[in-house]
Order: sequence, then C-alpha cells, then structure tokens
Amino acid sequence: MRVALFLTCVNDTLYPETGRAVVKLLTRLGVDVDFPMAQTCCGQAHYNTGYRHQAEPLARHFSDVFGSDAYDAVVTPSGSCGAMVRELYPRMGERARAEGRGDSLARSVAPVVPKTYELTEFLVDVLGVTDVGAYYPHTVTYHPTCHGLRALGLADRPSRLLRAVKGLELVELPGAEECCGFGGTFAVKNADVSAAMGTDKVRNAESTGAEVLSAADNSCLMHIGGTMSRLRTAMRPVHIAEILASTEEEALS
Amino acid sequence: MSGGTFVGMPAFPAAAREAVGDTTLRANLRHATHTIRNKRARAVAELSDWDLLREAGKQIKDHTLRHLDRYLVQLEESVERAGGTVHWACDAEEANRIVADLVRATGETEVVKVKSMATQEIGLNEALEAEGIRAYETDLAELIVQLGRDRPSHILVPAIHRNRGEIRDIFRKEMADWGRPAPDGLTDTPTELAEAARLHLREKFLRAKVGISGANFMVAETGTLVVVESEGNGRMCLTLPETLISVVGIEKVVPGWRDLEVFLQTLPRSSTAERMNPYTSMWTGTTDQDGPNAFHLVLLDNGRTDTLADEVGRQALRCIRCSACLNVCPVYERAGGHAYGSVYPGPIGAILSPQLRGTGSDIDASLPYASSLCGACYEVCPVAIDIPEVLVHLRERVVQGGEATRGGNRVMLKPAKGHAAERAAMRAAGLAFARPGALRAGQRLASRTRRLHPRTLPGPGRAWSASRDLPEVPVEPFRDWWQRTRGDGSGGTTEGNAQ
Repeated sequence: MRVALFLTCVNDTLYPETGRAVVKLLTRLGVDVDFPMAQTCCGQAHYNTGYRHQAEPLARHFSDVFGSDAYDAVVTPSGSCGAMVRELYPRMGERARAEGRGDSLARSVAPVVPKTYELTEFLVDVLGVTDVGAYYPHTVTYHPTCHGLRALGLADRPSRLLRAVKGLELVELPGAEECCGFGGTFAVKNADVSAAMGTDKVRNAESTGAEVLSAADNSCLMHIGGTMSRLRTAMRPVHIAEILASTEEEALS
Repeated sequence: MSGGTFVGMPAFPAAAREAVGDTTLRANLRHATHTIRNKRARAVAELSDWDLLREAGKQIKDHTLRHLDRYLVQLEESVERAGGTVHWACDAEEANRIVADLVRATGETEVVKVKSMATQEIGLNEALEAEGIRAYETDLAELIVQLGRDRPSHILVPAIHRNRGEIRDIFRKEMADWGRPAPDGLTDTPTELAEAARLHLREKFLRAKVGISGANFMVAETGTLVVVESEGNGRMCLTLPETLISVVGIEKVVPGWRDLEVFLQTLPRSSTAERMNPYTSMWTGTTDQDGPNAFHLVLLDNGRTDTLADEVGRQALRCIRCSACLNVCPVYERAGGHAYGSVYPGPIGAILSPQLRGTGSDIDASLPYASSLCGACYEVCPVAIDIPEVLVHLRERVVQGGEATRGGNRVMLKPAKGHAAERAAMRAAGLAFARPGALRAGQRLASRTRRLHPRTLPGPGRAWSASRDLPEVPVEPFRDWWQRTRGDGSGGTTEGNAQ
C-alpha cells in the first residue's frame, strides 16, 4: 500500500518530530510512505475565520497534490485538518455550485475526500491493527480533541491503540470531551476565554497524575503545552504518533 | 445593568474578559451548567430512538419553514375561527404598540406575564412601562431577574448566574416595592425562597385581568397554542385573566397535532432533563365561561423573514429554545449570558442575534467569533442545527460583507470595521500557501532565526503569549529532513510533481 503523508503546515513547520514519527510508524507497518513536497496548507484557518473564498485555491491545490491515483490513501496526524478535508471540502464544493460558480471545485475535491484518513483511523480501519508494536513506559492521559471526537468520530480508536502499547498506562482524563480552548484564531480573538478553558484542561490533566498528555492534534497540544509551560506543570504534551512510533529498540527520547 | 436593555454593550471579547475574572459568576455557571448537562445526557440516553426523534424534529421544522407562508395563513384562519384575533407585527416597535393598545383598551394598568423569550426580545416590559403599564414576571427566575433590575443570563434559567444567597438578598430588598414583601427572617433555603415567591406572586395572579404569554408551539390546523413549563405559574396566567395576549415568533408554527408528539419528547429532555414537563398548557381561541374571554395572538417577524432568506443561516429558525447548547458550551460556561448582549445567549444566540439584528453593531459582529467551533452545541441540539456551520457562515459575512436580506430587501453588506489587517494577512498566507517554495523559504528563515524568537509576542500576538508560552521553532522543518534523508528521487519529492 502506498500512502501520501499530509503532514499539515503546522506540523511541518513547528512539529517535524511528529512527521518523522508517522513515517517511522507506517514504514514499520509495511506501508510505503511518500511526502509530496508540493503540499502546503488545507486552508482550515482561512475557512474557519470567514475567508472561504481564500480557502478555495488551497483546497484545489490540496486536491491536485494528493488526488493522484499513485496513492491508495492520504494520511494525516491531525484530526482537525483531516476533518477540514473530509467534512468541509465537499461543503465548499456545494456552496460554490449554489453560488452559480459551477461544479469544478466539487469535481476537483471529489477524488481526495474519501481516501483521506486521520492517522488513528487509518491504523484501525484501513490497516486493521490496534497493536502497532510500540513500547512507551509512561503514564499517559488522552485528550480526544473536538474535531477528532465530533467531526471525524474517532471514538475509542486512539485509546485502543494506546492500551495496546507495551509499558503504557492509560489514565482517564476528567472532562475529556471538553474543548481545550484553542479553536484556531479563537485563541487570539477571545484570548481570555481561551486561556480559561486551557487552564481548566491543564488542571484536569494534572489531576490524573499522568506524566504525559497525548492528543492527535499538535495545534491543540501547542495551546495546552503553552499553558502547561506557563503554569509550570510537571507534565509534557506528546503527539500520539510519537508514542505509537516509539519501540524498545528505538525509544522516544 | 438596569432597564433590561442590551444597547451599548461592549463587543463579546471585552464583556467576556470581565466575566472570566468574576470568580463567583464562574462558579455559579460551572455548577449549574454541569448539573443540567449531566442530567440531560442521562434523560436522552433513556430513549433508544433519540436520533430518529432529532431527525424528525429537524424535518418537521424545515418543512414548515419552507411553507411558512401557507401555514401562517392557515393558523390565522384557525385562530379566528376559534374566537381569537390575529395581529401581524413586522418588528419590535410594532409588536409593542399592538400589545400596549390592547392592554389600554381593557382599562388595566397591570399585567401578569408568562416567561417568554419573544417578549424579552422586543423589550415589551420596558415599552409597557413607558405607557404606564406595569408588567409582572411570574416565572421564578424571571421574577429574580426583574426584582434585581438585572438581565436574563440564560434562556431557560434566566437567573443561572445568581446563587441562593444573592437571591435571598434580592427578595429581602426588593419584593416590597413590587407587592407583598419578603417574610421576616427569610433564609436562603430553597423551600423558603420558593414559598416567599409563591406568596408574592399569588396575589398578582388573583388580581390580574390581563395575561401576556409567548408560546412554544402553534398548531396551524387547529389554531392551538402550547406552553410548556415546570412551575404552574404559566397556567395561572393563561387561565385566570379575562384577556390573554400571546406574542409569538412566526417560526413557532407546526402543521398539526401529530408534530407535537416529537417536540414534547425532545424539548423537556433537552432543556430540564425531564421525561415530560410538569405543565403542558394548550388553548384554542376562547371558550364560554372557561378561561379568558378575549384572546389575541401577535405574530412577530422582527428579522425572522430576513433570516429565512439566508439558505445557510435559516436553520437557526428551527430552534425550540431548549438551551441544551448553552449548557454544554465551554465559552458560555466561562463568559456567562450577559456577554452575548442579547436575550439569546450562548451558541444559539451567537447565530440568532446577528441574523435577527444584522451584523452592523460591534457586539453583533463579534458574536460569530464567540466560539471555538468545538461542535458540542451541534451534538446536543434536538433539531440538529449545525451551529458551527452557521457561525463560520456569519464570520464570512462579517469579514467579507456580501449579499444579505434586511427588511425584506436584498442588500450588499460591507465588511465590518477592523478586519483590514486580518484580511491582508489571510490573503498573504493564501498566496504563500499556494506556492510551496514560498512556504519553504519562510520555514527556513524561521529555523535560521530560531534563537532570536521571543516566547512572548508584541502586537496582536500578545493575546496569545499573555497566558501561554510559544513553542520553540525546530532546527529543521520536516520537509527539509525528508529531502535530506529521502530525497532520492523515490517519487513525489520534487516540488512541482503533482501540480
């Protein structure tokens, strides 16, 4: 199986270790991974802030890059960007059509939408694995992130994967389904409410006594981690891909 | 906070900042919303066909809205056939004038009121006050708000922001000015507070000649109006006075009695987490020697037809005012209802108010951004209003302008003030992202200067770094690592390959 890694612009720029972990993990599972260098951004920040028209060229570009028949699937370690492609690209196509601008956008995104998967979804649903042979001897609590939880309906896929990790103890996060307060530009436009939400998330995470808070979205982890750092919390944010990539031979540093 | 008006409210972020800093308010809201949300989840989980009921509610509302003109005319005929009189009000001013004239015609200067969002929306109490007519709220929470010269903070629980001690203080201080005073030595135990309110209200029910209500539903085929409530005060107002005036938004009509079957299951479970609400009152015109002998229905538009013309935003009109979205919203929980500057707070308020009132004011332009788009509101909505979708749609209207319907006319809206820098940044980011080479150049620059990056930011970025540390920029972006380690020509590694 040949997949294209859609890393997302945030991960590419700020969290390259997550990308390296996905490559390592998928390769270990026998998947042929490619990283199309022409990829940029899915346009979620534009779309969600009210710039749908500016997001359209990015959706077209994404579809040009990833729509190729050479890939059986497109995999992304971001529930939020995955939801952008799967949920919102078709909606953008419909809106363009309703506005009398033809169906070229809808046609352009059509091939890429059904084959785009968030990482944990790809592992469980497409590869059919829950034990990925990982080793991570730490106590971990998991924040499901809103788009992973609600837009993509990842349900217990991430926790099934984590429970199968050797050495890992998974502890339940109180108020797990509550938003951490990131919300893209919300974090800046309504900074006070966003910070209050982030603080509550960190307090809940602290109450578990876990060493690590994991999630499938680095943007949420950036917000939570930035809050942890400011509150001097003895806990670190780690993307689930990095935990799943970690092995006894090559443990996550 | 007096006068029940929201005019002159600051935009949401400023109002929310104040609320976030109020620890009593936050504790009151957190306790109340978490209690209701957990009870609601249990009540909903009892029904195996919840998803079907939700879909049915959505379909009934959409069907009715699609044929609203037909059903409203049918409703008018049914109400008049049953002995009622129908009045049409295109805006708040017209509705208030109709009600004031109707009350004045009875010769009365006092009215009792059933809790009603529509009359709150149009500011009826203040309008009546200006005409020398005193309106008494009889719902317990509305009474607390009225006595406290406060504004409602929640659709279902208007006094959610008050705790027991605050309520006792309001009763002790204010009840005497409005009628029967609070008993001596009133404590903050719920039974004593409820008894004080009961005695205070009882004398008003028995004296009133005019009652004013809203309605949860109006049945087009029979002209029947429906109010659901928990306290019984509503039924007193609906049955004891000689004249009953009901002010109802035009979107509250349903085609037939069978449709109530769906909503009388979904509304109580979503709002108060009850299997069935304690009081369901239904009235059809007038009946000899039973209940009011004059019935007036004021059908209120006030921006609803304009909202109906918007094909994305119109789903807000499905709302049955259950307030489940408020109780799960993390933003509402911290900002409180007052920050939304409208009688409709929370997620539904953030999409309803800027549609009913337009996005012209600062507060209305800020409301579509009063959400992290977490989607919890959509998940609990019993009529499946995709609130995040409408929020994003309204954000587009705020920053880009575009076509909208105001006052029945198609108008071209200009973008709201203050978004020029953001618009330029979004455009620049769009251009950079359209060219992978530009993105890569930016990443490399950031990596090379990584030691120079502060962990706090000046300018608009300060809002981020005031309470969170920024991540460190890595030495090497992923794509450089990929090319360095895998750039062996193994397909797809050149920039232009898939364009």
